[in-house]
Amino acid sequence: MSAIVEVRDLARDYSMGSGAVHALRGVTFNVENGEWVAIVGPSGCGKSTLLNLLGAVDTPDAGSLTIAGERIDRLSDGAATAFRLRRIGFVFQRFYLMPALSAAENVELPMAEAKLPKDERRARVQELLGYVGLAGRADHRPSQLSGGEQQRVAIARALANRPALLLADEPTGELDAATGLEMIELFRRLNRDGTTIVVVTHDAQMAAAATRRIQMRDGAIVTPSILDGVGP
Amino acid sequence: MPFRLAFLALFRHPTRTLLALLGIAVSAALLLDMVMLSTGMKENFQGFLMLRGYQLRVAPKGTLPFDSDATIDSATALVRGIEKLQGVSAVSPVLGGQSQTTVRDSTVTAFTLGLNPEVQGDYELLRGTDLADSSSLVANERWMELTKHVFGDSVTLAVGYDPQLRTVVGQRTFVLRGVVRFFYMSTSQATVAMRLPVLQAMGGPTRHDRVSLLMVKAATGSDPERVRSNIETENSRVSVLSLEGATVQVEQRLAYFRQLALVLGSISLAVGVLLVTTLITIGVNERAGEIAVLRAIGVAKQSIVLQVVTEGLVLSGVGALSGLLVGLVTAQWLERILADFPGMPATFHFFVFQPYDAGIALGLLTLSGILAGIYPAWRASSLPIAGTLRREAVA
Repeated sequence: MSAIVEVRDLARDYSMGSGAVHALRGVTFNVENGEWVAIVGPSGCGKSTLLNLLGAVDTPDAGSLTIAGERIDRLSDGAATAFRLRRIGFVFQRFYLMPALSAAENVELPMAEAKLPKDERRARVQELLGYVGLAGRADHRPSQLSGGEQQRVAIARALANRPALLLADEPTGELDAATGLEMIELFRRLNRDGTTIVVVTHDAQMAAAATRRIQMRDGAIVTPSILDGVGP
Repeated sequence: MPFRLAFLALFRHPTRTLLALLGIAVSAALLLDMVMLSTGMKENFQGFLMLRGYQLRVAPKGTLPFDSDATIDSATALVRGIEKLQGVSAVSPVLGGQSQTTVRDSTVTAFTLGLNPEVQGDYELLRGTDLADSSSLVANERWMELTKHVFGDSVTLAVGYDPQLRTVVGQRTFVLRGVVRFFYMSTSQATVAMRLPVLQAMGGPTRHDRVSLLMVKAATGSDPERVRSNIETENSRVSVLSLEGATVQVEQRLAYFRQLALVLGSISLAVGVLLVTTLITIGVNERAGEIAVLRAIGVAKQSIVLQVVTEGLVLSGVGALSGLLVGLVTAQWLERILADFPGMPATFHFFVFQPYDAGIALGLLTLSGILAGIYPAWRASSLPIAGTLRREAVA
């Protein structure tokens, strides 16, 4: 396997009032192509900051970050946006679907932004909604869908432009236990079908389902993870 | 997709959007009315003076037409002299005064014109016949209403009434031949007209061969300004007012109105811009999380700007179009109120719809709406993605 994510000495500070908060301190790790990595740790340990850096929505203060062979730690805003559109798929805890758009339109959104031909977009929407088990709910608005269904639409949206990396921030955080398990199964299927996934989670079952876990504390990676060996 | 998202964003709060549109429509209507008022009065005044094609008004030296009781003597010679001047195609002499007629126990006083019906430019015949002979009289609706006379009635008019001595200078019986609309008289002013020599004769020695005003028509192809200059050169006892000169004088008198219109128009434009900016800024703040998500999944800043600016454009564009209708309706309403002002000529309009000026005004409002959307668009596109998502998650 080859590394699709290469993180080297990554640091990110936030200025908070009188001083600086060191959200990340010299984080280094790789994610291999086809891996499913769960980043775990207590609240405030830097998991979400790391995910934001991996997703090119934030820039590090130090260190280097390479994804799919492209250095993204010093990208301009425009280049970072284009990179996110083509190479990254985001899944959020609160789904964050566009409430005025149907499920199909939500999935189509990144493809429209990428200027894919309309026919191709429509076919891909059908394919993705079918994949996540929502072929019959294409015309439903988010308000007409359950939490689990909304998260499935969000996953379909994240996969729209065939990203190199799927990033998920607490994807089961807003779901009940049974729906959370369904979500884990969907992630397992995604990973089995070749999608590289990095997920930030407090959900022990989600973390256990991942192929590898990265344990974080106080902005740094603690190895080995307490959950190593629990997963498949 | 940005356009669809923009429309959907506006429809998300239909009541709020509708209220904002109404506000913008009112602003647009006020702006349009002010433009119609400021540009319309000038345009209308020129058309008003040119109703019958007379470009020049000849009045006693140093006076404006009908601004005083002054008259021009030796009118016949003056008219002939002007008619002989190069570039003159017609001269219409007019004598103005007052006449009284008794109706049962009361007296109706009317503004009275003596004129030459063949060349007159003061009225149009609505019903009946024109001033065929020296016993003919035409009157406006107001006079008919006050005197209760009908066609064919014999009417006795007196001129030169002295209220102290209770005497009149002249008195004569006419036959009421027609109902007319006087262009330069208020509809609330009872007015009659007769042939010029008749009124001159009724006025006695002080009105003999006198006129209050001459209206002069320049021949096609000749320069009215040159004709004006020639008349003044040849006749030192008169002042000649051209259309341009009259317009300048009216513009000076109406400068206050125009300034007021400009200020009110600017205020309405500013109100429209503030409305659009406020509404869109509120919308952007409400949708900060959605916008951050759009940016996170790779939607470019330009798309966000396009979406938000489109919202401003739609609001201001639809508001401006609605304002066009509201503005035309309110202009008609205001026109009716102003038409009832004492002394307002029946044919004068304050609000004149000029498609070009209206287009400029409403285009300006629409453009302002686009500009008004730029600030919230910039805010939206500049949202820190990670920070906004974190705040949204906490909220």
